[in-house]
Amino acid sequence: MNVEQRYRLLYKPLVFVASLLPLAWLLCGAFGWLDFSLGADPVKKLEHECGKWALNFLLITLAITPLRHLANLPHLPRLRRMLGLFAFFYALLHFAVYLSLDLEFNFGTLFTDIAKRPYITIGFVALLLLIPLAVTSTNRMMRRLGRRWQKLHRLVYVIAALGVWHFYWQVKRDIREPLIYAGILAVLLVYRRARTRRKATSQVVTTSTSGSATTPERT
Amino acid sequence: MPMQTPRIAPSDITPREVFFNRRAFFTGVMATGASSLLKTAQAEQPAGARLQYTHNALYSVTETPNKYEEITGYNNYYEFGTDKEDPKQNARSFNPAPWTVTVDGEAEVKGNFALEDLLKSQPLEERIYRFRCVEAWSMVIPWVGFPLSSLLERFKPTSKAKYVQFTTLYDPRRMPGQRERVLTWPYVEGLRMDEAMHPLTLLAVGLYGQALPNQDGAPLRLVVPWKYGFKSIKAIAKITFTDRQPNTAWNVAAPHEYGFYANVNPQVDHPRWSQATERHIGAAFLSGRRPTLPFNGYADLVADLYKGMDLRRYF
Repeated sequence: MNVEQRYRLLYKPLVFVASLLPLAWLLCGAFGWLDFSLGADPVKKLEHECGKWALNFLLITLAITPLRHLANLPHLPRLRRMLGLFAFFYALLHFAVYLSLDLEFNFGTLFTDIAKRPYITIGFVALLLLIPLAVTSTNRMMRRLGRRWQKLHRLVYVIAALGVWHFYWQVKRDIREPLIYAGILAVLLVYRRARTRRKATSQVVTTSTSGSATTPERT
Repeated sequence: MPMQTPRIAPSDITPREVFFNRRAFFTGVMATGASSLLKTAQAEQPAGARLQYTHNALYSVTETPNKYEEITGYNNYYEFGTDKEDPKQNARSFNPAPWTVTVDGEAEVKGNFALEDLLKSQPLEERIYRFRCVEAWSMVIPWVGFPLSSLLERFKPTSKAKYVQFTTLYDPRRMPGQRERVLTWPYVEGLRMDEAMHPLTLLAVGLYGQALPNQDGAPLRLVVPWKYGFKSIKAIAKITFTDRQPNTAWNVAAPHEYGFYANVNPQVDHPRWSQATERHIGAAFLSGRRPTLPFNGYADLVADLYKGMDLRRYF
C-alpha cells in the first residue's frame, strides 16, 4: 500500500470510527446500555459532552497543520475535512440536545436565550458560522471557490474562539477547564501566526530568486 | 403546591420518644466506609446509621422524593471538588466525628459545643422539602433534622443579634477542594434573624432516615427550602450572631450574580440564565422542565418576611 491507499483504506476509516466513539459512549449512557450511566442529570451531561466534543474536534482540526510540520506527516491534512465535519456534527448535536432535552422544544425560551444570554448568543453564532464551512467542504466547492475557499475557511479560528468563549462564559465558577481550551487555542494561533510570518519573509526571498509560491494545502 | 398553611399542634412536633443514638451513628458511618469498598452493581441502599425521628407531614410536600443515588451522587460541594460527581468520591474518607460547633458573637451562651451534646435532647423530624439550585435544577429531598430556631434559642441571642452567620469547617487536609482557590474559604453563609427563626428553616443531620452522607454536608447542614441551594451551608463548624449582614461566599465571589437573600424567584433571572423554569433531576426525558415557583413554592409561609422589600434589588 502506498501512502494514498493507506490514508484512504486505513487511516480515514479508523479516524471515522474513533470519532464516533464519544457518540457511542453518550448513547450507551443515555439508554443505560452496557451498564453505562450519565449520572443524575443525563440531560446536562449529554449537552455538555456534545459541546466539549465539538470544541475538541475544532482544536484537533486546527492542530493538523502544526502536527504535519512538527511530525513531518505531509499527508495528514487528508484527515482534516472529516475532523472538521465531526466538529460540526457534535456542535449540531449539542444544539439539538439543548433544544430538545434541555428546553423541551420551548421555542420562546430558545429565542429569548439567543437574544438575551450573551453566552448562548455567541455559541449560536459559532454554530451558524460552521454551516458555510460544512457546506463548502466538498471537492467541488473547493475548486469552485478557489482562493476564496481558504479565506472563508479561516473563519474556523473565529469559530473556535467563540466556542471557547461560550464555554468560559457559562461556567459558574471553576474556569480552569475552559482556560485549558483557551490556552491550547492560543498556542495554535501563535503557531499559525509565526509560521505565516516566516512564510511571508521566506517568500519574499524565494520570489526574488525563483518566483515559486508555496502550494496551498489541500485536504 | 401541595402544602397547606400549617396549624401545628404541640403533639405534632414533640414526639414521645425520640433520641439520637450516637454509637449507632458512628458505627454506621464506619460501616458505610467499609461497604463502599465492597461495592456491587446493585442499586445503593441508604447508608449510615438509622435515625429516630417522626415524620412531619405538615411541613412536607407530597411530591415523590428523588432517589437516594441522585441526592448523594449529584452535589455542589466545592470543598470536595467542583464537579457534581466529585463530592461523592472525594468525601468518602472524610470523618465527621468528633465534631465541634463554635458559637460566638451576640449571644449570652457562647463557646465550643460537642455536636453530640447539642443533639442529645433534640427531637428529630423528617421533612420532605423541595430543593432548588441556582443553576436551575431541582430535587425533592426527605431530610431528617430539627428547626434551627430550637437550637439558636438555647444560645440566648441578645437584642443586637440581627443576623446569624454560619461557617463551614476549614481543613484543607480533609477537604481537598479548599486547596483550590475557587471560592474564598471557609464557606460562609448567613440569614437574617427572622429567617433563621422561621419554622421552615431546618438543620439537617440525615436524609432518607439515616445519618447524612458526607457529600451532603455531614454531620450538620442548613436547609432553607425557599432559597437557592447555595444558602444551605454544609458541615457547619461555627455559628456567629452578629449585627451586620454576613459576607456570604457566593455573594463575595460574584456579587452581581448571587445576592445575600437568594430567595427562589422566577421573575429575577441570574444575569447569565433564566430562573423562570427548572429541570427536575430524575424526570424522564422531555418531562423534566417545570415552572419555578416564587419562594420555591413556600410563598404562603415565607413571603411575609419580605413585605415591602424590592426583591429585584435584594435578590
